[in-house]
Amino acid sequence: MTAMLADRPAREDGRPPAIDPTRHLRRFDLKTRILHGVIMVTFLGLAATGMPLLFSDAPWGRWLARVFGGFQGAGLVHRFLGAVLLAAVVWHVGEVLWRAFVRGEKGLLWGPTSMVPQPKDFVDFYQQMRWFLHLGSQPRFEQFTYWEKFDYWAVLWGTALMGAAGLVLWFPQAASRILPGWMFNVALFVHGAEATLAIGFIFVVHFFNGHLRPGKFPMDLVWFTGSVTDHELREERAAQYDRLVRAGDLDRLAVPPPTGSLVRRGYVLGTAGLTLGVGLILLILYAVLR
Amino acid sequence: MRILFRASLVAAGLLAVAVVASAGQGAPKPPANDDCLACHGDPTAKRANGTSIAFDERTQKAFGASKHAQMACVDCHQDLAALKEFPHPDTLAKVNCGTCHDAAQEKFMRGVHARARQDGRMLAATCVDCHGMHDIQGAAEPSSPTNHLNLPGTCAKCHGNLDIITRGHIQIGNVAAIYHDSIHGKALEKSGLLVAPSCVDCHGNHDIARKSEATSPVFRANIPATCGKCHAGIKQQYDAGVHAAALKKGDSRAPVCIDCHTAHAIQRADTDSWRLAVTAECGTCHANVVDSFRLTFHGKVTELGFSRVASCADCHGPHDILPALNPASLVSQANLVTTCGKCHPNASASFVKYDPHPNPRSYQRGRVLWWANRFYWALIPACFGFFGLHSLLWFRRSWRNGHGTASHEKDGGRA
Repeated sequence: MTAMLADRPAREDGRPPAIDPTRHLRRFDLKTRILHGVIMVTFLGLAATGMPLLFSDAPWGRWLARVFGGFQGAGLVHRFLGAVLLAAVVWHVGEVLWRAFVRGEKGLLWGPTSMVPQPKDFVDFYQQMRWFLHLGSQPRFEQFTYWEKFDYWAVLWGTALMGAAGLVLWFPQAASRILPGWMFNVALFVHGAEATLAIGFIFVVHFFNGHLRPGKFPMDLVWFTGSVTDHELREERAAQYDRLVRAGDLDRLAVPPPTGSLVRRGYVLGTAGLTLGVGLILLILYAVLR
Repeated sequence: MRILFRASLVAAGLLAVAVVASAGQGAPKPPANDDCLACHGDPTAKRANGTSIAFDERTQKAFGASKHAQMACVDCHQDLAALKEFPHPDTLAKVNCGTCHDAAQEKFMRGVHARARQDGRMLAATCVDCHGMHDIQGAAEPSSPTNHLNLPGTCAKCHGNLDIITRGHIQIGNVAAIYHDSIHGKALEKSGLLVAPSCVDCHGNHDIARKSEATSPVFRANIPATCGKCHAGIKQQYDAGVHAAALKKGDSRAPVCIDCHTAHAIQRADTDSWRLAVTAECGTCHANVVDSFRLTFHGKVTELGFSRVASCADCHGPHDILPALNPASLVSQANLVTTCGKCHPNASASFVKYDPHPNPRSYQRGRVLWWANRFYWALIPACFGFFGLHSLLWFRRSWRNGHGTASHEKDGGRA
């Protein structure tokens, strides 16, 4: 611990700063956490209501469809959740663009705090690979790591594409005024293929990277509480931590630690989400490997 | 002259009496029914071995009410007609119904039951098994075993009897039970509808033949005509379709009524379960077409067990199926908007460019779909392969390092 603290710039009086490494620092604001929550709930629901059709030949397809009251019930829930997810993502993109272009907020479209891939991300990736292979030390990450940015863009790209295809399938008569009928075939195929990609990616890769890997297991609650400890931020996002310290912004991020009941609720919701997601993956594995 | 005439008449009369008397002496008068009942009417009368010979009161009553009530015992038991000494021997000749019913017997001898008996399989039915014996009644009588409403039960005495089915090697098994649960069986046995067919309406009666015999009404090529006896309108539709044409050309794979509807387990065609199951039947020949159907929303929803969306017959027609190139076909270019419009009211010429049987691997069939298929077959394995490996390496690294979030410090020190 003293070694870690020694990295910090010394105060004017030369003594190490009196920082509590267990204090909490804001990582996600409320809007972001609500957005993650909406995506989490709608994505799980969309996967569960769409999978019977995607795996209509699997023995569990029938009962999963019946859970939602048959294909019509499942379709109704699916379209409702799809509309909510699409609206949430459109709102988010609109908000980012508004903040960037109307309010002129800096650092959204480029820079260390941007979601746009930076040259450093490619260096980080290379260095992370070297660390995986015991060839070097782990990179000092910024606010968002390269895999987090991949998740982010995958959600944006996936929602846009699946949303567009979903709308074509939802309103075929209207769509046929601008598109030839065979585009329904393409739309259904793309919707299913993109769903396979998204479900596999979120319920395996994202779950592992964000929650289930050693060091995070069983789950990271930052999506729910919105804060991480000073120690955690310093360990995992050293470049961000240093940048904040240099700019003197770190202390401004200090927030009260999450209450016990908030953490408990986070664990309940997180466990439910992880269990559902892993359960759906097991159903897919059963259908594919059967 | 007149006297002479009278004398000759008397002489002729005397001669006739003499002839009759002498003939009577040679062949005694056959026993009347009362003569038979003199012994057989005694409920206690027994053979030497102690078994009863009684023609009991119930049987007497049934005989009296039967179609044969006016006949003499010896009309059927003919070997007793000429017998002089009674009691007669224990074993009598088999009654031959063909003496009177020669046409029916001739047909019966051609049928499967008679042939089985000739092969020594004496379990097979003969006249009395279906018609009854002393209580025989005309088919018009409601209580007759050959009355239309009773026929299924009559055939079921053997074809619903597991012991006889096993011993008689009846391959179809308990067909009576299958029929009983079918739409025909329910209509006849439960609802008492005379229009519903019993066994004989499809199989014939006395000259029942196997389905493998060309003369049989249930021979494959004869089935549309057999069902068409009642379902005349459907037969007209079927005859106009491509399957009837193939059947007429002698294509043994051409489907007939029973391929989709089954022979004995026929169900209502508007139930969900039936509508969903029949797709598999189309797939016995049109396997690729059903496979491509399963790639569509229609195919997936029906595969899940919901029949609200289109399956084969909804687009192609159930009986009057024609190839798409035939302008009269429901799926010809000219008729597509109408056919799709049955479910999609605003279907347009653009809308019906939809491919209900897509093949993502056929470039000719749809270029964009082909490219989409290619793209995702590259993207999905690449994505899962890359991040799968990424996660595996990460797991290995952080597991070995003991919950490796802090590991860069340690490694930093080492490097």
